[in-house]
Amino acid sequence: MELLVASAIGILTAAGLYLTLRLRTFPVIMGISLLTYAVNVFLFASGRLTVGAPPILSDAEVYTDPLPQALVLTAIVISFGMTAVAVMMALGSYLGADDDHVNDPAGDSGQGPTKDAGDEV
Amino acid sequence: MSHWIVLPVILPAILAPFIVLAARYHIGIQRVLSLAGAIALIGIAAALAWQTADGTIAIYQLGDWAAPFGIVLVADRLSTMMVLLTAVLGFFVLLYAVGSGWDDRGRHFHALFQFQLMGLMGAFLTGDLFNLFVFFEVLLIASYGLMIHSGGAVRLRAGVQYVLFNLLGSTLFLFALGALYAETGTLNMADLAVRVAQIDLDGTVGIRVAAVLLILVFAIKAAVVPLHFWLPSSYAEAPGPVAALFAIMTKVGAYAIIRVYTLVFPPNLEATAGLQEMWLLPAALISVAVGMIGILAARHLDRLVAYAVIGSMGMVMVAISLFTPEGIAAALYYILHSTLASAALFLVVDLVRSGRGNLALRAAPPMSGTALTAGMFFVVAIAMVGLPPLSGFIGKLMILDAAISSPLVVWIWAVVLGTGLISLVGFSRAGSTLFWKATALSHPEGEDLPPAPGALSYVAVGGLLTLLIALTVFAGPVYRHATAVAAQLFDPAPYISEVLNTPGKLSGYDASAAAGSKLESEGH
Repeated sequence: MELLVASAIGILTAAGLYLTLRLRTFPVIMGISLLTYAVNVFLFASGRLTVGAPPILSDAEVYTDPLPQALVLTAIVISFGMTAVAVMMALGSYLGADDDHVNDPAGDSGQGPTKDAGDEV
Repeated sequence: MSHWIVLPVILPAILAPFIVLAARYHIGIQRVLSLAGAIALIGIAAALAWQTADGTIAIYQLGDWAAPFGIVLVADRLSTMMVLLTAVLGFFVLLYAVGSGWDDRGRHFHALFQFQLMGLMGAFLTGDLFNLFVFFEVLLIASYGLMIHSGGAVRLRAGVQYVLFNLLGSTLFLFALGALYAETGTLNMADLAVRVAQIDLDGTVGIRVAAVLLILVFAIKAAVVPLHFWLPSSYAEAPGPVAALFAIMTKVGAYAIIRVYTLVFPPNLEATAGLQEMWLLPAALISVAVGMIGILAARHLDRLVAYAVIGSMGMVMVAISLFTPEGIAAALYYILHSTLASAALFLVVDLVRSGRGNLALRAAPPMSGTALTAGMFFVVAIAMVGLPPLSGFIGKLMILDAAISSPLVVWIWAVVLGTGLISLVGFSRAGSTLFWKATALSHPEGEDLPPAPGALSYVAVGGLLTLLIALTVFAGPVYRHATAVAAQLFDPAPYISEVLNTPGKLSGYDASAAAGSKLESEGH
């Protein structure tokens, strides 16, 4: 069980990092989603892995730590909302500039003369 | 238990939805509500700062649950000082946004602005690390909206980069929190301080990983080299008033480092010893250098100011990473100065932009409103570079003075003084190109000047400049207060006992005994 959870976190993180380092926004957003899944499982495991016990703090002998579950719930909600925002902004950027590279295009790092058009407010 | 502490969070949290629901189509009503909220926030923040100035630590238990089970808000000298700074900055930035008409160039500016204030206030007041994460997200998601306010392809691209970088930062923050929780079983800062100190030296691997991850997260927020790459284009492309408000966002990272690394992982904690001097100080020195060289290299005024922010954050981090009471006091003074100066500088950039049409650093015909804008640029540039007589000079002097006892004193003095010269050259070049060379050129026939910025815009920038001058004149009292803040930070025992011993629901419940029985049952 520990091995399974640990390797799941590891694989998700590795895949997420790889995708995050890609050039275009879509794989990067996918990568960040994978990373958030990885961190959710990681948070879940941070209260120790207990099988078949209720997540209620009581005087019973066996229980699952309920706090990480609450943390994961919060983290899921936040990462879901954030991913939605990122997707919308990436779409807007793609439709506006007809280009979905994450980096600034060459020669337009904000230093070149081509940027002046964007300076108009 | 006084309810005042939660008001800086509650007030914007109620105001923002109200603005969206009730005043969506009426920019006038939005402005009135938003400004009234900002003024009320200054009042509340000043009252809180007054209440805690004598060293009182006031806590607020949400839902009356005792720490560490419930979330607590803690108002001590440091947090109330940051809350007051945020409130004051928020008011002047809002005044500028109204005066320049930026708030009318897209929708929901005022609502997002209030949510941003809510997140900032919460981040400064909370006494719980997970709650800090949540407030970070609140301020970030509002900042995403503000950052792309009024749209445009270039701004949207910069916005996407900013969002993606910060999403990665948030993920890292969660990893750090998970590691901390797995090691200690708590996320309340006061409780963490107690438990981290109890971990014996053989089993510190996990806690050291957590400490390093956390400092990485806060360093991303504080834009410490090499984690600063998100800052230049997002600050440069953000609307002027938004960039000015963002001046406090980097300080959130600095605040979090000060708070966590004096309370939870204090410098004398053996498990994480060396983290500050070995890693943070050199990174901060490189930040100063990168920022100041960036000032010299920038070809647009907005980029120049963004690099000035990196440099001045580096300066703050140099002072923080000394981790002595003198260093922290100097850092706090410099945080006040740097926030006000960066915000004023971003607003001046926006004045130049609206008077000139672009920000390229090359000679162009005179802009509208050139005399006043040039005068303001001159004053802020002096403050930012750290020339006498303004507060930047005094702040630098304090940092140099605090660094004398550090083993790296030669490096600190060399970098701080050397880069001061570089930034001076950069700012004078930019100023003379923008304002002086312009007089040699005349306007092409038939082309109208953009209208001069409104009076309210100048009032807002002038207000920030007045504060900078006040910070210089009253440097003595401010520094004494900063010293008191630092003294409180280096004596965390009252903070811990106030948080952990205030009665509330579930107080007296021994979590460690329950956890102990759980571990036993796992062992069976």
